[in-house]
Amino acid sequence: MSGTGDLLKGAAPRTPKAPSGPKTGSANPLVAMSQNLRTSGIYIAFVLVVALFALLTDGLSLSPGNITNILLQYSYVLVLAIGMVIVIIAGHIDLSVGSVVALTGAVSAKIVISGGQPWWVGILAALAVGLVIGAWQGFWVAFVGIPAFIVTLAGMLLFRGLTFYVLDNVSLSPFPAEYTQVSTGFLNGLLGGYGYDAFTLLIGVLAVVGYAVSQVRTRIARTRYDQVVDAMPLFVLRIVLVGVVVMALAWQLAHSRGLPVVLIILAVLILAYSVVTRSTVFGRQVYAIGGNLAAAQLSGVNVRKVNFWIFVNMGFLAAIAGVIFSSRSNGAQPSAGNSFELDAIAAAFIGGAAVTGGIGTVRGAMVGGLLVGVISNGMQLLGLEQYLQQVIKGLVLLLAVAFDVYNKRRAGGR
Amino acid sequence: MTDNILDMRSITKTFPGVKALSDVSLSVARGEVHAICGENGAGKSTLMKVLSGVYPHGSYDGEIVFDGQVSQFQGISDSERAGIAIIHQELALVPFLSIAENLFLGNERKGRGGLIDWNRANGEASKLLARVGLDENPTTPIGQLGVGKQQLVEIAKALSKDVKLLILDEPTAALNDTDSEHLLGLLRQLRTEGMTSIMISHKLNEIEAIADTTTIIRDGRSIETFAMAGEAVSQERIIRGMVGRDLDSRFPDRTSNPGAEVLRIEDWTVRHPLQDRLVVDGASLNVRAGEVIGIAGLMGAGRTELAMSVFGRSYGRYVGGQLYKAGTPIQARSVQEAIRQGIAYATEDRKKYGLNLIDDIKRNISAAALDKLAARGFVNAQEEIRVAEDSKKSMNIKAPTVMSLTGKLSGGNQQKVVLSKWIYSDPDVLILDEPTRGIDVGAKFEIYTIINRLVAAGKAVIVISSELPELLGICDRIYTLAFGRITGEVDVADATQERLMSLMTLEKSTATTGTSTTLDDTQEHPA
Repeated sequence: MSGTGDLLKGAAPRTPKAPSGPKTGSANPLVAMSQNLRTSGIYIAFVLVVALFALLTDGLSLSPGNITNILLQYSYVLVLAIGMVIVIIAGHIDLSVGSVVALTGAVSAKIVISGGQPWWVGILAALAVGLVIGAWQGFWVAFVGIPAFIVTLAGMLLFRGLTFYVLDNVSLSPFPAEYTQVSTGFLNGLLGGYGYDAFTLLIGVLAVVGYAVSQVRTRIARTRYDQVVDAMPLFVLRIVLVGVVVMALAWQLAHSRGLPVVLIILAVLILAYSVVTRSTVFGRQVYAIGGNLAAAQLSGVNVRKVNFWIFVNMGFLAAIAGVIFSSRSNGAQPSAGNSFELDAIAAAFIGGAAVTGGIGTVRGAMVGGLLVGVISNGMQLLGLEQYLQQVIKGLVLLLAVAFDVYNKRRAGGR
Repeated sequence: MTDNILDMRSITKTFPGVKALSDVSLSVARGEVHAICGENGAGKSTLMKVLSGVYPHGSYDGEIVFDGQVSQFQGISDSERAGIAIIHQELALVPFLSIAENLFLGNERKGRGGLIDWNRANGEASKLLARVGLDENPTTPIGQLGVGKQQLVEIAKALSKDVKLLILDEPTAALNDTDSEHLLGLLRQLRTEGMTSIMISHKLNEIEAIADTTTIIRDGRSIETFAMAGEAVSQERIIRGMVGRDLDSRFPDRTSNPGAEVLRIEDWTVRHPLQDRLVVDGASLNVRAGEVIGIAGLMGAGRTELAMSVFGRSYGRYVGGQLYKAGTPIQARSVQEAIRQGIAYATEDRKKYGLNLIDDIKRNISAAALDKLAARGFVNAQEEIRVAEDSKKSMNIKAPTVMSLTGKLSGGNQQKVVLSKWIYSDPDVLILDEPTRGIDVGAKFEIYTIINRLVAAGKAVIVISSELPELLGICDRIYTLAFGRITGEVDVADATQERLMSLMTLEKSTATTGTSTTLDDTQEHPA
């Protein structure tokens, strides 16, 4: 790593760049990549894993049906991982989300299936329960000062118990058709089918254009503020790469059942929370608290308030996951959501979140979650035995965090 | 021919960029109480760390002869085995374990089969406690004892290890008068038993009362060693040795032109967060626009505690006191409120309390005034970069870009980031706690220049510093703080280091403030 050498000296002389024209980083993608191994490592690993399973399954893993399947099957873990990475950045943990998924799904099922209320009443009730749970846990963590590990461990038992109570220990099913649309619905045929779904492709095109426009705007803004930007070839390459991947995904989906509703929900959440973590005062304060609690406090961050809202938000997202999961399983079971918290936590850590807090991204957690999803799915396709699947998932998590710790040590941290 | 138990010869210890000890020599005669005096940061603790092996042999130059043997300690365990015990200011006891368990921690009294023989342990503990004059049950948890008694347990622990040289680092700093008196009595008693002690202390009256010999350390050098007996050595004599240093042109010129009062602190009183003792006791001071005031005080005087308590009650428990901003009473019950009232506090420990070391320069600079960069909760990242670039240029922060991690900067540059943060919050009063600690001379000059720029712009600046020359070089007025009380206010024109030092070491004359730990039950023991 040529970059760190200079950084370590701190006061290393740096030749000023010519003021004319935008400052650009290295034009060599390999150099740029290695300079940022910590953040880009997960993407490289993801591409390698996808390629590996595509090879092992003779392309089956990349088939339209299977890609759709992975997205549907792991959507709720990804929703949980969005909230979890924020919790982890602030230096906490949440062990209760699996139970919250079960309880919110159970409340919704009780209202819709047993109570005969319309589907949207069930969803609203589930979200309300999630917010109340979040406020409850936020209260204990933020205002009473009990470590989140304990509060959410208690919550894990508490909300599982309440799930049993609400469901009277029996499963409830089925939901009305509208409710199941949340997870199993597809938007297709809106623009007619030609053997593929044109609407899905249109959305794909819009997504790529949107990405390109936002990248160009950022680049213009950075140049105006005289900041370093990627060299033009690298910049174009990145947009083209993202475009190809997104369009390939859209193409495959279009040839399956079209655009899953849940993918739209997920995309909205990811976009929204990426902005929240990156560009809002709240997001900044989350990173500040996790990076150095005392310094954040002495810089005027209202630590209690921020911690409280972090958990309210986690409860809200767990409720969304609860709705998606109950919709997908078309009912509520007392044991729903078991060990989801572990998948969500693993996604955040594999996606580069630091165990000590202060570091992590929503994007990383999503790729981390998908990585676990692709590995699990691939192993299922290959028909690996259950025990082996667990062993491999465990090792992936361990190695991902070891990689993080190793990187930090090499970077000269403690 | 004197019988020296310890000879440290020409000890030189360098840290990257700093010479902490330079050719220091220390000779301690067997059976005496030897006091080491010096300002904060003079090198006393470093010298003791060299002696005890915290800095292993080879990491310093010079020679240590202990008890007739050339010693090359590789770690604390080596020096302990040789018979050296250090009792630090922060006690190293486990609060939930009993006295006996603490006494023999790592040195357990084992019986048959390698199991701990508790009867033997408690029995031996009782004897040790009697020796230090502490009448407590060995099974009592340490946490139930006051600080004074804990100190005695530490000494008992050292005695259990067959110690030949006992080193006490500021043993009475946290003790009230009764406990201090008892501790000194114990040292005298141990001396009659033939124990040699080294005592690092700021309390000159105690040194005068107990020390046989005093060595003065200043700026990492051993200045002089003199016997306390014979001709009467006054406290002034020690003070002269501690500060005897000339002001030179290490400070940028400035013209002082103070305006109206900006902040007044009245009768500020703060209690220790855990112990029942006042850390700041009725402190009052004021600062005007365009003025730099200094707060001088030795370790444990309550300087940082006063500042942090004023800054949104970030330290201890607020007991009383009122803040006035431009004559109007104000409240600053939280850091947010304090910042809103235009108060800024740059901490003495920038790594622990000042910076998010795993984040970059720009986000550290914007941390205290993020709202200024945000519209409806969204941070303008480009504007943030521009702000950081401006600070980087005006403060001369040496870093590749404002995206560099603050953890990788040098101390001086980290300090400039902390200052940038608070300057960007646009305060009226800046409290700078040890703004030049641990940074090199060049960077110090830059910090002084920045301070001058701030007061020229009409800000009020309060500087807390352990370095008296620094205060004399940059302040208009200097308050001295001793044992939580303001003991003096000196105009810089009338101030000398000697005068300040004697005010800083002024013992409280009125009622004692520390009422927590009384050792009444131990008073019948010989003292």
